[in-house]
Formats: sequence, structure tokens, C-alpha cells
Amino acid sequence: MIQPRFSNLPPGFRIQRETNTEEFFINMGPQHPSTHGALRLALRMDGETIVELVPHFGYIHRGMEKQAESMSYLQYIALSDRQDYLTAIQNNLGVVIALEKGMNVGVPEKGEYIRVMLQELGRIASHLVFYGCFGGDLGGQTCLLFGFKEREMIHDILEEVTGSRLTTNFFRPGGSRYDVPDTFIPRVKAFLDHLEDAMRDYERFLSKNIIVLERSIGIGVLSKEDAIAYGCSGPVLRASGVEFDVRRANPYSIYDQFDFDIPVFHNGDCYDRYKIRIAEIHESMKILRQCIDKFPKDGPWRSKEKPVRLPVGRYYSEIETAKGLYATYVVAATTGEKPYRIHTRGPSFPHIAALNKMVQGHKVSDLVTIMATLDPVIPEIDR
Amino acid sequence: MFVPSITNPVGDFVREMVPRLAEYLPASIQSDTLNSIVAFLVNALICVIAVCAVNIGSAPILIYMERKVCAHVQCRLGPMRLGWHGTIQTIADVLKMLFKEVYAPSGADKLMFYLAPLIVLIAPFIVCALIPFGRDLVVADVSMGIPLIIAVNGFGVLGILLGGWSSNNKYSLLGALRSGAQMISYEISFTMILLFVVMISGSTNLMSITLGQEGTISDWWIFKIPVLGIIAFILFFISSTAEMNRAPFDIAEAEQELTGGYHTEYNGTPFAMFYLAEYIALVTNSALATTCFLGGFLPPCIGVAFVDNYLNMVPGVVWFFAKVFFMIWCYMMVRWTFVRPRVDQLMDFEWKFLLPVNLVLLIAGAAYIVVCG
Repeated sequence: MIQPRFSNLPPGFRIQRETNTEEFFINMGPQHPSTHGALRLALRMDGETIVELVPHFGYIHRGMEKQAESMSYLQYIALSDRQDYLTAIQNNLGVVIALEKGMNVGVPEKGEYIRVMLQELGRIASHLVFYGCFGGDLGGQTCLLFGFKEREMIHDILEEVTGSRLTTNFFRPGGSRYDVPDTFIPRVKAFLDHLEDAMRDYERFLSKNIIVLERSIGIGVLSKEDAIAYGCSGPVLRASGVEFDVRRANPYSIYDQFDFDIPVFHNGDCYDRYKIRIAEIHESMKILRQCIDKFPKDGPWRSKEKPVRLPVGRYYSEIETAKGLYATYVVAATTGEKPYRIHTRGPSFPHIAALNKMVQGHKVSDLVTIMATLDPVIPEIDR
Repeated sequence: MFVPSITNPVGDFVREMVPRLAEYLPASIQSDTLNSIVAFLVNALICVIAVCAVNIGSAPILIYMERKVCAHVQCRLGPMRLGWHGTIQTIADVLKMLFKEVYAPSGADKLMFYLAPLIVLIAPFIVCALIPFGRDLVVADVSMGIPLIIAVNGFGVLGILLGGWSSNNKYSLLGALRSGAQMISYEISFTMILLFVVMISGSTNLMSITLGQEGTISDWWIFKIPVLGIIAFILFFISSTAEMNRAPFDIAEAEQELTGGYHTEYNGTPFAMFYLAEYIALVTNSALATTCFLGGFLPPCIGVAFVDNYLNMVPGVVWFFAKVFFMIWCYMMVRWTFVRPRVDQLMDFEWKFLLPVNLVLLIAGAAYIVVCG
């Protein structure tokens, strides 16, 4: 018996040269253009067909949950930006809602509208990145630039409101850091009008393209049962036919006041996961338009008090980010500014866990497509 | 019996000029043998310089053009800093590439590793020598032009296979195998369409194929035979894109999947050679399309009194390169518009769609010639 070359691999993953000379091992990542970051995928291949896949995490693990124990609550809000940097503004809200439950502080109406609008802008930005990466990973570099073009406009708006483009660090218990400037509503309005046209073009570019259809329909099917079993959430879960959205199932902020649909698709393949995100962009635009109509002109945008201390207890919040269910669990052992423990449940981790189930029997090219439709962000997996 | 022949207008000119110039030399060293040797060397030198100038000179222009086309498709500006609208950018990039250290990965087959980029370059250079750029502007006017082109085109795949295999990298190997399968498959339909051109033009000589299209636009082979010509042109466009390994059929490189495919491990000058070969192949394939379908160096209207004089004032080589650059622009627009099919879908497309369509096209063309021609 020849010694296995990759002895750090789990058993059943080693190359058995005598028994199976057809299969070989390929290391995809941690430096690879389409693993979307420092993720390593160990592949056992038969020619170009994938027999088995084992994901290896931890290449950019920063120990965020451990760091949080020596940080004040408000500092941890800044840290939550660095988890899923594409949905930074949504992660902020997830943490803040958990804190608000303990700090017993309410948010004025204008503050809630600011929250919802920035949430939906963040969702659109994240889904536009998905659009770009999906097209880019299929080989159409032009899509990548198209997606990022409109996302830049959202970042311009975020820059004006929050002061930074990517890591916003904006929400605080009881409201947010700043009020929105007067130009905010007109800018969002102009952006929505622009996006309406742009999305029409983008859908024409990809949705009916015969090569895209050939490459995504029936690829990487995740059944309803598997999606639930692996703990998938967000668009990946809804593309498999489960109608679950935290905004509807367990409304936070003022999401119960808006009229919007939860798009659900039933095939669970790559094309459905693509279509559902396009549909969600349209739903987010619907919510934003309602916000613009009902946005309170004056009134306070944050609560009078600015709490920083959390009483003893356990606090849990869950929100729907663009990627899926983002939950924060805070344990405060003493009343004070620092937590005993903060745990985050990110949406991308279960998706990568389900990857092995989805890629078996497909080609390497399909793995890239499936990875793109799961839309993982590696810093959020590793934290 | 058919005897293949080669005529060389440049060579004729040189053979005529050398003895005349030799008369100025002292009588003691004049001889016919010396004259013919000198004529041969001068001729060879001119041809080599001409081919190199066209090929190597066009590559930076094309790279600049590609970056600009790509940028404008993607709503960007592209290179803008170096020179007017970034015109010197490509030269700077080439210089940077040439000054890089050349090294092979450990475990690589060094000889094959460095030989592969050279082999890749052979095919486009030879094809370039066969193409008539103008009435007298052809390096070798070979009577068996089309068969020779088909024969040399197969060389490219050898270089890519060698490069991928000798790199000692699994991604390179996968890219090389994909490329081998792809190029060999698409060569068949590529050959079939050239066969169609040969059939309707009645010649394998590229000069006669061009001159057979003399007249107005409707006399070009693309329009001369209704519908069939356009179908053949589109099929040629598709199969030559695959033949060149260009996007959307760039599964051999497939940056997102194979991190660069067969040239993953190459850098510096060898990488520049792969790059150069890619762009020369673009020129030669566009030139071939121009020669076979778009009237080569002929102006679009001959014999129409009103415009004839004006159009004839433009030299043939300008018409030729105008058409070639139009073709190149088409290839680039396609490249930056479509996404890439999967490797097995690409094979299915060739064997289950392109090839049958090509066969039907050949039969239809033959029927057309019998009935109408």
C-alpha cells in the first residue's frame, strides 16, 4: 500500500492508487478565482466529474466571537461589519436588535424607516454582487462589471448616509449614528428609477440566454428535505420550495407594515436560485417605494437615551440578510458594557456544508456555477 | 496529373532585381550561382520580415483594441493614462512581461515546457504567409492553399497539449485535455466549411478564391449563393472561435474554473508567446474569413460607374485590413457578451449540431452548383 499523499485528509478521501487509478485529487483553493475568498475545496475527481467534495474552512478565521468577549457591545457592532462584508449594514441591525431587547429602548418611527430602507438597499447591493459573480463565474466577465456598476450607486448613497461605503457601522441601540441627509430620499428615488431600467437590461442579458439556461437548469439540485436538514436559509432555502423569510415569519423592525411578496421557487437548481434573487431585488424595490411614500418628514430619528450597558440575561435576535438567516445570541453574565459571550449564526456556513450533496456527479464547471448561486462570503463562514 | 505550384511575386521581383544590381559589382565576383543565392536569401529575409511585421506588429494593436472594446462593452473607459487614450499601455505591458524572470515549476519537463510556446506560434505564422493581402502582396501564392492551412492549423493543439502536460499541474493538464478535445473536434467543421468555399469557388488557391469574388457585394461568396453563403459564414464564425480557443469557447483557459488552463504555470516571455499566438490566430482567422467570404482585398463595388473611381483609389491592402478589423471587432463583441458553455455541452454542440449542419450544407451547396451553376 502506497502512503497517501495527503495524509491530513479525512479517511475515505485518500487516493487509493491500487484500487482506483481513474480517480484523482484536485485542490481547489484557498487561492482560486471562483472560491470567492480563502476557501479550500478538496475534490476527488473522475476525469472532469466530481466524486466527492470536502470543504476546508478557517483560512481567514479571526476569532471574532472570542474578540467580542473583550469588547464593549458598541465595538462589536463595528466587528459585525467584517463578517459578511456584502451585507454589513444588515449585520449591524442583527446585533443591534439583540442588544435593544435587553437595553429596553424603543426606536422612533423615522429611525425604523431609515433602518428598513438601508436594509433593503443593502439587500439589493448584495444581490447585485450575486448577479455579477454568477455571470462572471459562468465566464461572462461583462456581467461582473454590470452588477458592480449599480452596486456602486448604492454605495454612494450609503457613503452619504453612514460615512463609509462598505463597513458601515451605522446602527445603534435606539436608532442610528446620524440622521439621514435631506438628499437621501430623492437619491434613493432616482436610483430606483435607474435600477428599474437597468434590471430590465440585466435580465435580458442573462435570464433567457440559452447558454445560461443550459448551464444552470437542473444543476446542483437541492431538495426541499435536504435544504431544511442542512439548515439552509434565505434565497437558497426558498429556491428549494420552502416559504420561510424572517421578515414575514417573525417580523422585526417595521417589516409587518409593508406589502411585499416572498418569492418561492420549487426546483432548487441553480437557475431557480438565480431567479429568486432577481425577484427579491424587485420585492426590495417595492418595499423601498413604499418607504419613500410614507417616510416621516420630521420627528426624532433616535431615542432620547443612548444606552451602552446590557442587564444580565440572554438575548437572541434573528434577521433576514440577503444571504439568509443571520442570528445573534448575546449572553450578559454581569450588567455592564461587555458581553460574556456572543455567538453568531451566519447563513453561508450551512450552504457550504450542503455543497458536497449538490455537486456529486457534476463537472468542475458546474461546481463553479453552484458555488456562485450559493453566494457564500468566506469571512462570514470563518468569522 | 495535378502538380502543386508555388508562385511568389516578391521572389520574382527580387530575382529580377538582384542580377541588375550585381552588374555594378566588379566582374571578377559576378556569377549566376552567387546571384541566385543572394536572391534566395534576400527573398527569404523580406518574406520573414513581412510576416513577422504583420504578426508581431498587429498583436499590440489588437490587445489595445480588445481592452478598449471590452471596456466600452462593460461601461468602462479602459486604459487611459499612458499616452493618448492609453495607446502606449500595451507596449509598456509587453516590456514588463519581457523583463520578467522566466522559470519553470518544479517537476516540469523543461524541454517541452519551453518548446510548447514556440510550437503554438508556428501555425499562425505559416497561415499568415499564405494569405493574399493585396493583388501582389502575398508571400507564397500556393496552389494548395486551403489544404495547407488545414494541415498547419492542427499544429496549435500540439503546443497547447505539450504546454499543459509538461507544466506538472493538474489544472494545466485538464485545460490541455479540454483544449485538445475541443480543437480536434472543431477542426472537422472548420475543414468542412473551407471545403464548401473550395466547392463553390472551384479553387484551393486563396488568390483565385479572392479574385473569383470580383464585382459588387452580391458577388462575394457570403452573398453569391443565397442563404447557404450566410449560413456557411456563421458556421465558420462559430467554429473558428472554438478553433482559436476564444470566449465563449475558451473552456481550455476557463479562468473561473481552471485558473488559466494550459498556461497557468507560464510567465514572462513564454506566456507572452501564448498570448501572441492567440492574437495572431485572431488575425489569421479573420483574414481567412475575409478571403473566403468577404471579397479579400477587393473593394465592395467593382463595375458600378458612379463609385468605381473613388473606391479604386483606396489600395487593396486597406480594404483587406478594414474587413479584417471588422471581423476582429465581431469576435471581440461576441467574446465580451456571451457566457461559457460547459465542456460536454461544447462537444455535443460540435458533434450533434455543427457537423450534421455542415454535411447538409455541403450537399445543398453541391445541389445548388449542379442546378444553378
